[in-house]
Amino acid sequence: MKDLSQAKNFDEFMEGIWRQNPVFVMVLGMCPALAVTVSAVNALAMGFATTFVLVCSCLLVSLMRKLVPKEVRIATYIVIIATFVTVVDYIIQALSLELYEALGAFIQLIVVNCIILGRAEAHASKHPPLTAITNALGMGIGFTIGLFALGGVREILGAGKFFGVSLFGANFQPWVVMVLPPGGFFVLGAWLLLFAALKRRKEAHLAASGDGHGA
Amino acid sequence: MNPSDQAPQATSAASLVKTLGLVSALCGVIIVGAYQGTYEAAAANRRLALERTIFRIVPAAKTMSEWQATTQGIRPAGGEAAAGAIKFYAAYAADGSLAGIAVEGAAKGYADVVRILYGYSPDCQCVNGIGVVAMKETPGIGDKIITDEAFLANFKALDVKLDQELARLANEVKVVKQGSKTDAWQIDAISGATVTSRAVGKAINDSAQVLLPKLVPNIEQLRKKES
Repeated sequence: MKDLSQAKNFDEFMEGIWRQNPVFVMVLGMCPALAVTVSAVNALAMGFATTFVLVCSCLLVSLMRKLVPKEVRIATYIVIIATFVTVVDYIIQALSLELYEALGAFIQLIVVNCIILGRAEAHASKHPPLTAITNALGMGIGFTIGLFALGGVREILGAGKFFGVSLFGANFQPWVVMVLPPGGFFVLGAWLLLFAALKRRKEAHLAASGDGHGA
Repeated sequence: MNPSDQAPQATSAASLVKTLGLVSALCGVIIVGAYQGTYEAAAANRRLALERTIFRIVPAAKTMSEWQATTQGIRPAGGEAAAGAIKFYAAYAADGSLAGIAVEGAAKGYADVVRILYGYSPDCQCVNGIGVVAMKETPGIGDKIITDEAFLANFKALDVKLDQELARLANEVKVVKQGSKTDAWQIDAISGATVTSRAVGKAINDSAQVLLPKLVPNIEQLRKKES
């Protein structure tokens, strides 16, 4: 029985990381995903900030799921999400001013990140707190991985650095467009292409092996 | 439609208000708690960032104090800021002598306002260092103003002498095309980042034109650190 619930929890957790990855599968939350991923550090910071908001607001939404009448549920969720975004805003200011400057308005814009409201409405409001947190944590980490995949590639190509450490020496001429807004689209497109190709190969493989068994 | 079918689903207005009120109150408490909890660390961070920039552009500096220039002269900042007062920072060396003055300036750049701090040395009457407080210029292009060696060399001794009446700069600080700098009050622009380069020049010029006529006649007040 315990194994079963653990397996279910693991499944809830993995949903956001792989099967329903917010960036690469659901293609949600593109505004921060494209805007702040100019470096690996920014991407991780944005990912962690979003994860924090996601987990805290899903916990609160889940705890209050029986108290909140459905007429005012969206208003309630927005208030809760905005609260935790404000909290994150203060925490980042206290941790590092440079990071705060780099992330700029996108911290405040976590409020309208559709992943968070989407998770609150579609998942947390229908599940008990533990399940909701597990799922939210998975989604948050999945989002962080997605942002990191964008930010890491863009920093390497666009600035020749990784986590601020120069990789190619002084003679490297960086591919500046990669850290400009269009670069976000290029890198995201390339990643989506890769995942689509993988998916197609897997399907083709499954179909082929299915045929093999049939014959 | 039968009204009794609808009745069980509708929630009374009082209960809606109660729920929203409860949620808002709870969230208010959380926000105030977070604000109180992080206020000191955030304020300390801001002060540290400012000090770091000032100590970088005035390398000999060990301590600093905040001043403001008003129409009557200059006085230490604190308490009520007079209308139209300009803030600047006096930086002192370890022995308490004046190491330099740091002043904020701002001008419109390519993406947004570029806010800089520049170091002013009363001895050579020149600008001898700049640092960026905030900017949103294009990475790799506009943000070269803090990395480009040739551009930063402009600010080793940028001439900002006042004229005879001490009313304005003898020569306006001007940004010129890369490689055409001839006078000490000109700034060689970064080619490809002309707009941002101009913003730096304009920020220094605008701020120096207003502040220096008030500051220079009273410079003796700043010579020694007040204890």
